[in-house]
Amino acid sequence: MEPILQVRDLSHIYSAGTPFEHTAMEHISFSLHRGEFVGVIGHTGSGKSTLIQHLNGLLQPTAGEVLFDGRDIWSDKGFTRQIRFKVGLVFQYPEYQLFEETVYKDIAFGPKNMGLEEKEIDRRVREAARFVGIDDKSLEKSPFDLSGGQKRRVAIAGVIAMEPDVLILDEPTAGLDPEGRDGILENIRSYQQAKNATIMMVSHSMEEVARLTDRLLVMNHGQVAMDGSPREVFQQSQALLDMGLDIPVVTRVFLRLHELGPSVDTSVYSVEQAVAALKIWKGGVPYA
Amino acid sequence: MSEAICVRDLAYAYAASENEETVPVFHDLELSIEEGSFVAILGRNGCGKSTLAKHFNAILLPNGGSVSVFGKTTDKEENLIPIRRTVGMVFQNPDNQIVANVVEEDVAFAPENLGVPTAEIRRRVDAALRQVGMYEYREHAPHLLSGGQKQRVAIAGVIAMRPQCIVLDEPTAMLDPKGRREVMEIVSRLNRESSITVVLITHHMDEAALADRVIVLHHGEVAADGAPKKVFSQVEMLHSLGLVAPETVELCWALRKAGFDLPLDVLDVENCAQALYKAVKA
Repeated sequence: MEPILQVRDLSHIYSAGTPFEHTAMEHISFSLHRGEFVGVIGHTGSGKSTLIQHLNGLLQPTAGEVLFDGRDIWSDKGFTRQIRFKVGLVFQYPEYQLFEETVYKDIAFGPKNMGLEEKEIDRRVREAARFVGIDDKSLEKSPFDLSGGQKRRVAIAGVIAMEPDVLILDEPTAGLDPEGRDGILENIRSYQQAKNATIMMVSHSMEEVARLTDRLLVMNHGQVAMDGSPREVFQQSQALLDMGLDIPVVTRVFLRLHELGPSVDTSVYSVEQAVAALKIWKGGVPYA
Repeated sequence: MSEAICVRDLAYAYAASENEETVPVFHDLELSIEEGSFVAILGRNGCGKSTLAKHFNAILLPNGGSVSVFGKTTDKEENLIPIRRTVGMVFQNPDNQIVANVVEEDVAFAPENLGVPTAEIRRRVDAALRQVGMYEYREHAPHLLSGGQKQRVAIAGVIAMRPQCIVLDEPTAMLDPKGRREVMEIVSRLNRESSITVVLITHHMDEAALADRVIVLHHGEVAADGAPKKVFSQVEMLHSLGLVAPETVELCWALRKAGFDLPLDVLDVENCAQALYKAVKA
């Protein structure tokens, strides 16, 4: 199947030709497929934000290209504008970008900009609100009267209402309590499943990306250092630690347990997998 | 041990904007924090954690009851400045806390404002930067540092004031794993080696597990209070409050349900692995 987004040999240099020249990203290549849930991890300054801003045309590559459905997103002005709707970007702490009088108007801002009819805008606003668990009653409230977690949901709904094929989120759960984190992640999952959308999520929580994603991109020094399933990536614990990252706690416990003697499966990264692995080991079936 | 902070019968509500009701946060909260202790405060968004923290250095003043800081109540005008010198605050976003263009100037900002003599400022700034491991960056521009480094500079700025207590409100929420480790190491060390009282507000249970005491706030009331091992063993209670236990405890809890004989007071990887080892060997 043709990938929905292709990144080919992408590089970005900030302030090129000045004394402040800084290469944020170099020779990055990868593809995203429809319906994939991809996690992006990497330390501060590894190039994650620079990368995601290229995927919907907010930044123009210094070299290389980004293709959407096989077509360069910079091939013509009209297409670049369309990409901003097809690839939705939710920034860090997006609740600071709320500005309208009511939740409804805030969510409607994107679809309105797309030039949709009133009826279609209404349908999208209500559907997006449902995806993030905002009830009809709250639509007429001022977004500023909502709690922090709810504000963030409204901000995400504003992007979902554009019905992007690719939804990119930069640390969507930062600063939320455990229940709020689970709620937002559940919302993103349900959007992905309902629309067969591609999700790309930047996160600093190894547990979070381990639990949700099918695939991980690990960024380091402006390059993709690893690209694989969470299981494959988290097997390389030392390399991740050297990059200033981490491995899930469950994996660390099992690596230590393995050192102590029992030949348990050390590729586990979630509580469920760990329980299953221990049951198997206890049942006398040694992990090969 | 004397009390660093003592909250008696605290009532507080955020004032209403026009046509709206006030938002009550606390009714009759009782709490005290011992001098030299390391206390973590947990709770859902909106439970009153940050509101409470802002009472600890008189950014907010009680509507009812009292808050006293090292014996001085926050309701007296003449106590405000001494209290703010005694309790330093560190917030979530390092970018909002850094004011100068050079690291050492930023750290010097508070002592300068306090009228500390120049030679003493120099000494304090150097000492503070060494304490957070940022001395070699003293002439760098703060905006080029990583999140963890910036947060360490913000902490240095607070300790240059020589406070007896530091209150940190989600200091690692915006940091990557390495930045989080760096900041938590510094915080633990300041408490251990310099006997600074630490109040840490966090959503990360593994950070709270480093404290001597964990307080869980729920709807403006204390729902649990005790040593981390004691509080985090109550997994069902935490879940019912919309919280979780540290991942190691959650793992043992799930394994217990699957029939393994495991304790729930395992707060770190080593203890958890040892407990699993015992359980599977048996």
